[in-house]
Amino acid sequence: MTKTAKNPAVTKLETGISSLDIIAKGGLPKNRTTLISGTAGSGKTVFAVQFLAAGIERGEPGVFVTFEESAANIRENMHSFGWDLAKWEAEGKLTFVDASPDPDIETVESGGFDLGALVARVQNAVKKVKATRVSVDSLGAVFSQFSDQSMVRGELFRIASALKAMGVTAVLTAERTDDHGPIARFGVEEFIADNVMILRNALEDETRRRTIEILKFRGCDHQKGEYPFTIIPNGGVIVIPLSAMQLSMKSSTERISSGNPELDEMCGGGLFRDSVTLVSGATGTGKTLTMSQFLQGGAAAGEKCLLLAFEESRDQLVRNATGWGFDFEKMEKDGMLRVVCDYPDVSGLEDWLVTIQGIINDFKPRRVALDSLSALENVGTVKAFREFVIGLTSFIKHQEITGLFTSTTGSLMGGDSITESHISTLTDSIILLRYVEMFGEMKRGLTVLKMRGSAHDKAIREFTIGKGGMQMGRPFRNVTGILSGAPMHISPGDVERVWTQYDKDVGDRRKPSDQRPAS
Amino acid sequence: MQPAGLSGSARWYGIPCETFDDAEEFLSNYILTLYVTGTSPRTQIAIDNLNRICAGELDGRYELEIVDVLKDPQRAEDEKILATPTLIKQLPPPLRRVIGDLSDKEKVLLGLEVRSSPSTSSSTARPAAQPEGS
Repeated sequence: MTKTAKNPAVTKLETGISSLDIIAKGGLPKNRTTLISGTAGSGKTVFAVQFLAAGIERGEPGVFVTFEESAANIRENMHSFGWDLAKWEAEGKLTFVDASPDPDIETVESGGFDLGALVARVQNAVKKVKATRVSVDSLGAVFSQFSDQSMVRGELFRIASALKAMGVTAVLTAERTDDHGPIARFGVEEFIADNVMILRNALEDETRRRTIEILKFRGCDHQKGEYPFTIIPNGGVIVIPLSAMQLSMKSSTERISSGNPELDEMCGGGLFRDSVTLVSGATGTGKTLTMSQFLQGGAAAGEKCLLLAFEESRDQLVRNATGWGFDFEKMEKDGMLRVVCDYPDVSGLEDWLVTIQGIINDFKPRRVALDSLSALENVGTVKAFREFVIGLTSFIKHQEITGLFTSTTGSLMGGDSITESHISTLTDSIILLRYVEMFGEMKRGLTVLKMRGSAHDKAIREFTIGKGGMQMGRPFRNVTGILSGAPMHISPGDVERVWTQYDKDVGDRRKPSDQRPAS
Repeated sequence: MQPAGLSGSARWYGIPCETFDDAEEFLSNYILTLYVTGTSPRTQIAIDNLNRICAGELDGRYELEIVDVLKDPQRAEDEKILATPTLIKQLPPPLRRVIGDLSDKEKVLLGLEVRSSPSTSSSTARPAAQPEGS
């Protein structure tokens, strides 16, 4: 009833909450009410306060209507997020309408009443600070203050329409009892607001996973589905948009060195500037070496490198690198390398993603190595892990950073890991490191399995590890079944026969030195 | 008998009296505030109901102020009023609130803690003069 005829299309208000604007495709619908529904502990109040805080930071004053916690409590609780509400109140940028129940006051109901005083107070507060944003926390608590539920229902509709008439953009929170049940406890909350967003805090495999979903935006578009988010000190709600980030990725044709000229050659001239490479192999096959080479090569080319180590300590890594002739300590001293070591279990995957993004934004590296993804795999659920990898890959690609992740395979010979099957499609290149058993000796083999957008060597090459890193040898031409984990020697004659047969069949259409981009 | 510290407690309640007798007389008066929204029919019903109850039960020993929250929203804010009409009994203590159009007389009297026999109230010392709840 308060629709403005002169402005028929719904415009959006940029909230300023990290990444929420991406999944909301521009922000929350302006001059409308949005319901934020979630179970206890799902972050509703933080979201409601952050909506105002982000607005105040961009010069849009706000009003916070609280039905649940007292204003004093909220001021205190929000300090840990870096929001000084009292200061904003003093500056006239924020005001509270404290409608929380006062246990000291006994109230008796006698006859019909309405919430006219509340509406008047909200209107007064909005006028006082010239607010453009209003948060109401939470609708469910209004029901518990009064016995007449149908009156409350009607009055909430009145408040919602009063908010719209005032031209403010409002966020209303509501509780729900179940992460996948009815939208809100009293069954009417979702009809009061124009838009509905749901915060979930589901327990999966003993870990909490927060997600945000935009259920409906009346008359405008938004991203669909659940997006993980996290709540961190000094930041509040941080949404992790997955699909949205991938859309905006650029593509570079610039090649950079992997730190090993022979490996570069196998990759068709080096890794792409904005590519992410997965190095997979069993323990001891040379993953950390590949990674160290990659960092050494970066530093040598004058590129800042970041190493995220979840398996070995900094000292161990430095010692190993010294063994191969790489001076990590000097690189660190020169400011070319930063090593971040931590136990993967210290925080959830969403938090790790946010932490890593923070480090990258702070250090601004051109290369990022992560050792290893397998260590992070067990921190969260499979889904959370996949989202972590998507989030990290798209983030570093977006910044035109070259990434190199390692992943450990379970079995010594061949085989693949859960890590690989979940993330292989997300990475641009895959380098496999494998043990090859030959006449009682373990040899190491390397193959470039995939190299998006480039030709590459298809052979499985033997390599040795020594001072200076990897030394590539000949391809294993007379061994078959390396990748399946059951190497079998065949006589050179057999090899020749197979290849001749293959060339005869395929050679008419393609050159023998078939160079097509792998897919 | 003059209870020790009475004047202190009397000031605590904002009673503008110096002597015990003054205070006692003052405390036998009801100070009521009725918060309403505009001049709606419900506002009128509440005012009529309240006047009837006061005339019948309080025997003229009351002061009533009517606050329109539309004209003076800050007072509603200060008193944390949500619903209208809301009747607040400031004095005698304890503070009590009754919300609604006051159509249920029994509940209003219960909420205001009005004694059913007003004639006895002026001669007995009120326990309400004690600084309870402070």
